[in-house]
Amino acid sequence: MSAPPVQPADLARRLRATGYLPGESTALVSHLAIALGKPVLVEGPAGVGKTQLAKALAEVLDRRLVRLQCYEGLDEAKALYEWNYRKQLLRIQAESDTASWRDVQDDIFGEEFLLERPLMDAISSPEPVVLLIDEIDKTDQEFEAMLLELLSDFQISVPELGRIEARTRPVVLLTSNNTRELTEALKRRCLYLWLDYPGLEHELEIVRLHTPELSQELTRRLVEVVQMVRELDLKKPPSIAESIDWARALLLLGARDLDQDMFRQTMSVIVKHRADLDVVAERVGVRLVAGASAG
Amino acid sequence: MAARLVDFARELREEGVMTGTSELLDAVAVLREVAWTDRDAFREALAATLAKSQEDRRIFALVFERFFFRATEAAALREGVHESSPPTHEETGDGDAPGELDLEMLRQQIARAVQQGSEGAMRDLARLAIAAFGRPGEGSGVIGVDVQRIRRQLGLRAEPQPELDADDPRAAGLPRDALRRFEALLRRELERGQIERTETLPPSRPLNELDRALPSGPLQDLAAVHRVVAQLKRRLKTQGQEHRGARRRTHVDIRRTMRASLQTGGVPVVLKERPVRPRRPEIYVLCDVSTSVTSASVFFLSVLHALHDSFRKMRSFVFIERISEVTDVFERERDFKAVSEAIGRNAGVADISGYTDYGRVWSEFREQVGDDLHRRATVIVLGDARTNGRDPRADIFASIAADAGRTFWLNPEPRLYWNYGDSVISAYERHCRAFECWTTRHLEDFVEALARPTSMSPDP
Repeated sequence: MSAPPVQPADLARRLRATGYLPGESTALVSHLAIALGKPVLVEGPAGVGKTQLAKALAEVLDRRLVRLQCYEGLDEAKALYEWNYRKQLLRIQAESDTASWRDVQDDIFGEEFLLERPLMDAISSPEPVVLLIDEIDKTDQEFEAMLLELLSDFQISVPELGRIEARTRPVVLLTSNNTRELTEALKRRCLYLWLDYPGLEHELEIVRLHTPELSQELTRRLVEVVQMVRELDLKKPPSIAESIDWARALLLLGARDLDQDMFRQTMSVIVKHRADLDVVAERVGVRLVAGASAG
Repeated sequence: MAARLVDFARELREEGVMTGTSELLDAVAVLREVAWTDRDAFREALAATLAKSQEDRRIFALVFERFFFRATEAAALREGVHESSPPTHEETGDGDAPGELDLEMLRQQIARAVQQGSEGAMRDLARLAIAAFGRPGEGSGVIGVDVQRIRRQLGLRAEPQPELDADDPRAAGLPRDALRRFEALLRRELERGQIERTETLPPSRPLNELDRALPSGPLQDLAAVHRVVAQLKRRLKTQGQEHRGARRRTHVDIRRTMRASLQTGGVPVVLKERPVRPRRPEIYVLCDVSTSVTSASVFFLSVLHALHDSFRKMRSFVFIERISEVTDVFERERDFKAVSEAIGRNAGVADISGYTDYGRVWSEFREQVGDDLHRRATVIVLGDARTNGRDPRADIFASIAADAGRTFWLNPEPRLYWNYGDSVISAYERHCRAFECWTTRHLEDFVEALARPTSMSPDP
């Protein structure tokens, strides 16, 4: 395993090397999270690279990424652990004649019969991992409460086994799309990082990194348009991932310039709502023509 | 250092950011990790531990500026340090002829710095500008006025100024946010000057509502409403459970039965059942958004917003003359401002006369919700019960109240005005419990009242 980065600037450089361009505070907060061993709560609109940050961090730190995707109704059996009762039954039946009751009882509540779910996996892994708890806002508040023990003490209580403490400290990232307010108790245990849509230059850099083949002017034009679209009052503003997709689409189509026709044909890549399409075509499409004649 | 941080946290709390002791400990811990000479890193690290939502973040930025600006000034006063005057200041000349520095040059330099948005250059130039244009000692005394005067003299404008040369950076107009930052720097430098002259710190003033720009607007603190609604949720959830039979119509939980059977050698002697989970309350909220409750509707919408945060099974309607369902607006949008705009724009409230027609609202509500109403549903009406002389149709309302388990009415008017003029709240009050509700305080009272189950709903 490579040595952990010691400075925010160092971390930023190495994140860059993996293809993730961090903002200034992103690198700083990630660094703090690693240095202090505290979980980070990452909030921001959809598609600004929250999940990507976790992947990049895992790569930089050379750790395995354990991911728990949250959804409504997620419970501890799916997040923490479950007893493999089929196996337990088999075990009992296999030895029902020979073994004494006491032996069996001690036996079947051993770790062998424990089905590890992501959180337990992250805790008990001998190698340190990066744990990503994705879209925590999709779960119920009850689930959040369950996470508290894990997040503050890095341990899980299993009634039959007692406490399982983390062998290694995972780096924990929680992401939230901000669809509901998280509880104070959860927030208190985390560092907070707000990721927003990047500024023009920053996004330009990101798109260039992912589609270096696209010409400089076209990329700039594209990012300018995306930023313009974001300023409109849309149901779903385009994300960074979508502007990269758009750049790739333009590359595939061999586009030379982003004129009105090209825009109309491809704008469904960045705009995904019927009503939004109309708004964008009306506002931005028109401006594009004006821009083309002026330039 | 730790003491300073505690002071800072206290100021944050005064402005409504909840910072606990554990967060403060974290803050001390992170400061060990960053160089305190790096202002940005210092701020970001503090923000990551102390401000845990976007709104908190905004307030944090303002308080940070205020706190550390005052802190350095106070230290400077104590030590008796004075700024060494910039080179073009008093010594070189008398105000209007600032030595060798050409005023026009300075104008252009500043405009260029603003255009490029470089913080450092802008800060230095702000000082020069004050020295050149500020006419020290003759300030109007009101900093805001001075800032605007200097800006005008510099000819900094966001709009294009075609009459200037093409290579002048001002010709194409300047970016607005950079301009605003430059103004903030000017203001800061002027304040610094004032402190130096008077040798006292101006009283620290709390952030005014405008500064914080909290999304709930002038009326109420959104966060406070959210807190109260979170209480409401717990009350509604746990209420009445003691009456419910603990084991009634359950399913056998195979997994737990099997596990229990291990104790009896694999023979399922004890049947384990799935626990009966109380069903989540279903809520229907009707919210009046007509002109007679304009002042209250921001508050109402924030209540709605908070309710949506806490309850998944909830449908909300807004009404003026007719009703329109807005559940999906709230589900899609998190940002309160966006929600209220979306509702204002296209909620489809048929606003023909702009007058509330409660009779019609009830019958339409019946139509849309109709059979979904059942004993476990809660109906909450937010409105002033002013019918503008139309038929209140209390009979339909009564049937709604009869079908729903509980019906509440939150009236934004003080009780004094109830039944006065065209208010017909008494006609409805017979069928539901009415509360006056125009502050978070009242909302809390409402939640309190909910907790007393004896006088719960008017059972028919």
